[in-house]
Amino acid sequence: MTAVLTGSTTQSAERPSGRSAVVLSDVSKVFGRGASAIHALDRVSLEVAPGEFVCLVGASGCGKSTLLSLVAGLDEPTAGEITVKGEGNPALMFQDPALFPWLTVAGNVGLPLRLRRVPRPRRQERVAELLRTVHLEEFGRKRPHQLSGGMRQRVALARTLGLDSPVLLMDEPFGALDAMTRDLLHDELERIWQERALTVIFVTHNVREAARLGDRIVLMSSRPGRIVWEHLVDVPRPRRIDSSEVAAIAAEVTDRLRSEVRRHGR
Amino acid sequence: MAVDLGRTGSTLSGLDQLELAERGKSGTFAGRFWAGTWPKVLAVAITLAVWQAVVWSGWKPEWVLPGPIEVFGVLADWIPTGEFWEAVATTLRRSLVGFGAATVIGFAVGIAVARSRVLRAGIGSMITALQTMPSIAWFPLAMILFGITESAIFFVIVLGAAPSIANGVLAGVDYVPPLLLRAGRNIGARGLTLYRYVIAPASLPAIVAGLKQGWAFAWRSLMAGEILVIIAERGALGTRLELLRGLNDAGGMLATMIVILIVGLLADAAFGAADRAVRIRWGIIDR
Repeated sequence: MTAVLTGSTTQSAERPSGRSAVVLSDVSKVFGRGASAIHALDRVSLEVAPGEFVCLVGASGCGKSTLLSLVAGLDEPTAGEITVKGEGNPALMFQDPALFPWLTVAGNVGLPLRLRRVPRPRRQERVAELLRTVHLEEFGRKRPHQLSGGMRQRVALARTLGLDSPVLLMDEPFGALDAMTRDLLHDELERIWQERALTVIFVTHNVREAARLGDRIVLMSSRPGRIVWEHLVDVPRPRRIDSSEVAAIAAEVTDRLRSEVRRHGR
Repeated sequence: MAVDLGRTGSTLSGLDQLELAERGKSGTFAGRFWAGTWPKVLAVAITLAVWQAVVWSGWKPEWVLPGPIEVFGVLADWIPTGEFWEAVATTLRRSLVGFGAATVIGFAVGIAVARSRVLRAGIGSMITALQTMPSIAWFPLAMILFGITESAIFFVIVLGAAPSIANGVLAGVDYVPPLLLRAGRNIGARGLTLYRYVIAPASLPAIVAGLKQGWAFAWRSLMAGEILVIIAERGALGTRLELLRGLNDAGGMLATMIVILIVGLLADAAFGAADRAVRIRWGIIDR
């Protein structure tokens, strides 16, 4: 099932890229009008294969988050077309867990299922299964504010997985966590991605994180946001963030990123 | 797969336990109850002592300013009488009906203004302007419009309380964190569903605060109304106050004022408890 989010209702099967999980063709996004208009994205084309883990890296203002919003269907592109495999919206996770404080942990995780009218007994099974996936099975009755930052982010991940979307979009999801928690969540995310055969687009400004997690690293330039460089990460999994192979790739990406940023200097 | 799944899981749960270890509650219920109660008891005792001291000082003759013992004696005489309870019941009924009407109107106006840009520009600031109008200033107009009737009282209660409630609803909807809206839309809540599952619960703390403030306005408007709009055949607390003044019965007046104070305090405590419960549940304040 293919959802065409914008533009014409072209069947994606007729398109050359019909097998991809996510396709962006010449996507542009402009905020505002006239002289003060900001070109957040400029003719961005990107294809993500099913089951691929793509990391989007770029300096601030490169439109990474805008791109995810567009793919998630929370905003409309100014031009171009976005095709996403799967029914409904792709799941989106933010740097902030964005949990609903009036619901328990189980209530938060169960809300996407409730909104799809999954009957209660089935829903409870699914919530228990999702909480087990993120190792929080004992915490279903707690409220979000009673948990630590890393635990909240795992609840958010479980809630996102409850959408049953084959595509998972992540906007700097571990940016606000301490290093130890982040490392553990990298392992967890890698495991869940493999178990569920998810397609992941992961936005980060942390190049090490990108080298640790990604099958492919895509570098974006700032103002206007464009894709300027790509790198296939051929380090075998499981990887460690402190391994020399990951560090070498991170160093290369950092160099590229710096030269991109320098273009904006005087 | 060489990643040791069990090990990551148990490291995570070890971290979880460390993070949560220090977040316990302290003290027994009785201990916390006493800690909250004794300052109030002391404050009441000091008030009564000062009152008695002023009476003993002979500043005013005792028929003008009777002491607490005499006033509580009057109150004790009233408590078995049906007339007294009828007055209390009339006042409570009016306050509930008036506040209920104000709530319905406040919600309708608040939601309409929150949703419509035109209405917001047109009457958004007028709601606050209405709030600054002292409710007693509405009574002459109310009495011309509705005569000496309960409708005149309800009219002023609604004008006094509805703006606060509307403002509470408006603030609640306006200050829903945009991120929660995005998260809600992403997990499939759109249109009315978004209102039901995200906007309404996210607004609840502000709405409860608006209701609490609205109640305070309603209660003040009602007392002003009962003193001004005297409906002869029906006793009410404010009405009794005015009639007893006419009879120079200072003891009765003070006893009535104490009853008005107690009703106000009880209602305020109920709203305060609801407000606190919502805030604790939402994680806005700690226990």
